[in-house]
Amino acid sequence: MFAEGKKMNAAKIREKVAFSVLGLVTLLVVIPILLIIFYIVKNSIGTISWEFITQSPRNGMKEGGIFPAIIGTIVLIVGTMLFSLPLGVLSAVYLVEYARDTFFTRLMKLSVVNLSGIPSIVYGLFGFTLFVLFLKLGTSILAGSLTLAIMSLPVIITATKEALESVPLSFREISLSLGATKWQTVRYCVLPYAIPGILTGTVLSLSRAAGETAPILFTVAAFYLPRLPRSVFDQVMALPYHLYVIATQVPNIPVSISFATCFVLIGLVFLMNLVSIILRSHFRKKKLW
Amino acid sequence: MVKETIIKTANLNCYFGALQVLKNLNLEIHRNEIFGIIGPANSGKTTFLRALNRLNYLNASYSQDGEIFFADKNLKNISDNILRKKIGIIFALPQVLPVSIYNNIAYGPKVHGIAKKDAIGHIVEESLKKASLWDEVKDRLDSPAMKLSGGQQQRLCIARTLAVEPDVILYDEHCSGLDPISTAKIEDAMQQLKETYTQILVTNNTKQAARVSERCAFFLMGELIELDETAALFTEPKDKRTDDYITGRFG
Amino acid sequence: MPRKISEYIIESLIRLSGFLVIAFVFLIFLFLLRDSLSLFKEYKIGEFLFGRNWLPISEPPKFGIVPLFLGSIYVTAGAIVLCVPVGIAAAMFIAEVAPTFLKNILKSLIEILAAIPSVVLGFIGIVWLSPYLKHTFGLSTGMCGLTGSLLLAFMALPTIISISEDALVGVPRAYKEAAFGLGATRWQALWRIVLPAASPGIIAGVMLGIGRVIGETMVVMMVTGNSPVIPTSLLQPLRTLTATIAGEMGETVSGSVHYFALFAVGLVLFIITFIINFIADSCLRRARK
Repeated sequence: MFAEGKKMNAAKIREKVAFSVLGLVTLLVVIPILLIIFYIVKNSIGTISWEFITQSPRNGMKEGGIFPAIIGTIVLIVGTMLFSLPLGVLSAVYLVEYARDTFFTRLMKLSVVNLSGIPSIVYGLFGFTLFVLFLKLGTSILAGSLTLAIMSLPVIITATKEALESVPLSFREISLSLGATKWQTVRYCVLPYAIPGILTGTVLSLSRAAGETAPILFTVAAFYLPRLPRSVFDQVMALPYHLYVIATQVPNIPVSISFATCFVLIGLVFLMNLVSIILRSHFRKKKLW
Repeated sequence: MVKETIIKTANLNCYFGALQVLKNLNLEIHRNEIFGIIGPANSGKTTFLRALNRLNYLNASYSQDGEIFFADKNLKNISDNILRKKIGIIFALPQVLPVSIYNNIAYGPKVHGIAKKDAIGHIVEESLKKASLWDEVKDRLDSPAMKLSGGQQQRLCIARTLAVEPDVILYDEHCSGLDPISTAKIEDAMQQLKETYTQILVTNNTKQAARVSERCAFFLMGELIELDETAALFTEPKDKRTDDYITGRFG
Repeated sequence: MPRKISEYIIESLIRLSGFLVIAFVFLIFLFLLRDSLSLFKEYKIGEFLFGRNWLPISEPPKFGIVPLFLGSIYVTAGAIVLCVPVGIAAAMFIAEVAPTFLKNILKSLIEILAAIPSVVLGFIGIVWLSPYLKHTFGLSTGMCGLTGSLLLAFMALPTIISISEDALVGVPRAYKEAAFGLGATRWQALWRIVLPAASPGIIAGVMLGIGRVIGETMVVMMVTGNSPVIPTSLLQPLRTLTATIAGEMGETVSGSVHYFALFAVGLVLFIITFIINFIADSCLRRARK
């Protein structure tokens, strides 16, 4: 009996060791995340100021702020949303509410999966050849937004699909049994209750689009455009592209400006993520069923 | 008095995938009667009900052959949303939308094109009165419907069905989750509704069928075994299987 | 009836959206193919796929993608070797060992990591990781494959961790309880029963991670040195398929052979990630059943 007790102890010891190793490895993952954020914040503190955010660059980017890049990124976010949200929501509505189990439907689901796996630079190529060249939009906000929008589709479609599927089946049954048409059912008894999930997924997808560089490399981004865009056919500066260029291609720019740009970019992306998380928990509390 | 037929089925067969759920069903429902359907589980009672307003098609594996006629029109020639307006259904468990009592009932008229607030308000009040729920909720029409008790919610479901002015009301074991008092209130309401509506009642509770219906059908394993005036069916059933079921030897 | 017409229009739009999603995948493939075929009119496809020299500006230009392909493979392999064990270990810790409050903190941190834009990680690579590695290991340059692999491993972690964690949590409780009933410790149950049961989902997660890493552009462009030679070790500069497109597009003339060659590289990337994602998605679907 004591021998068995000893064997149990050995197993317990092995468990403690194993779990500690797992914990240490997790720490190995988590600590760098905090360190990176800390490192960026620490090195930007001197440069970040209200002027930095609100002024245009001067003197070949050696002085001044990055206001046009911030505006450019915001403009691209809005443009991306305008194209990807309706298309993404309607596609998901089709998949969940209208599609039957046919080859076409399976092809569509496969397409969504594929779109989500395409490298961002391939989107950049596609955007360049379709929007900039073929449709003759030139390197423009329009071309960049459309490219980012196609890239954002899979996330919005998936989030909308989950939101629609979480609406109870009984809502649809009630509506149909009262003689409403399919679209009336979707519009009054399904979509309104899916909006929280759709909103959360959209903000998340836009936060990713805001941080992307490769798709905008050839479709919209410009490096030094001190004036703000005047039409959708203009180029714009954008934060990720700006960071890339000053970090790799332009010599003699003080590294503090790079850090500060990095800080603003991360700040914007994290802010959007935070909004998405707040939305998610707010709606979870308000759930009526 | 000549009984006018409002619903008729001809050789109706219903399938879910390869499984046949209703076999060769032929029956007629008369206008303004309360028609009961009894039988053990899986006898096809609910399938029959839902075939009348084509709700079975919400299930992707459903198929049927044979004909159903509503007021002498073949069901195939009536569009889904018109059909379901004319043939309403009350489900087994009360299902309400997460909105106010008022909006639950106003939804039906709204989707059928009634826009004026006064008209809708009038419909809401009339429907709640016919469903014997008006007195209990008239002071709180804007409160959430989900806060009502089970019996009240079920009467709400009846009210919302009445609000779209159907010709036929289907009841799919609608009292199965309710206490006896709520059940009694609903059965009273059903008697009041007889003047204006045809009602078809599917129930597991043979005593309820005996109380409420005028004619009654016994379904077993997808087949119509016997159909007769309720009193006759319950006192002198012609088929042994009917007798066995009613007396509780199985089911 | 006006309502019938507007309903018809909306339902048509919904169906059209579904169709557009499929159309985009085909369009991307077609546009890539079109310009790639233009390459193969003037340059043999065999020399493209198997050529060992990528010298676009030499006379005559050479477009062999073997160095680029191997560059991608090396960097990806290096990243996978690091992030798969770490990621699975972290997933095991989060799913099975961590108490609830810690679990939520860790999951939030992983979400934060997932939100960091790739250009930011590339920037960190330039200003910190690269000099650090060069200094610590006495390398001739910090701009090498190893730097890229480390950063890419870090980037792929959220994908691997979250999918693996889902897979572990999805193992039916009955399996674990059966193990406990036989006297196993939590570690033994985890290692011998839960982990193998979750392996289809974990493998799918790893494949998706591989897909992400192969498709990553900005990080590799910023830290791996961009030297299109056949790599022999991770400690030298190399070049990936993605960085080639991003780096050289700006220097090509639209319609030149070099331009078409870059599209052909894009096509190769598209096909590789298509296959990886298809397999991963099939694994995930089978795992969910």
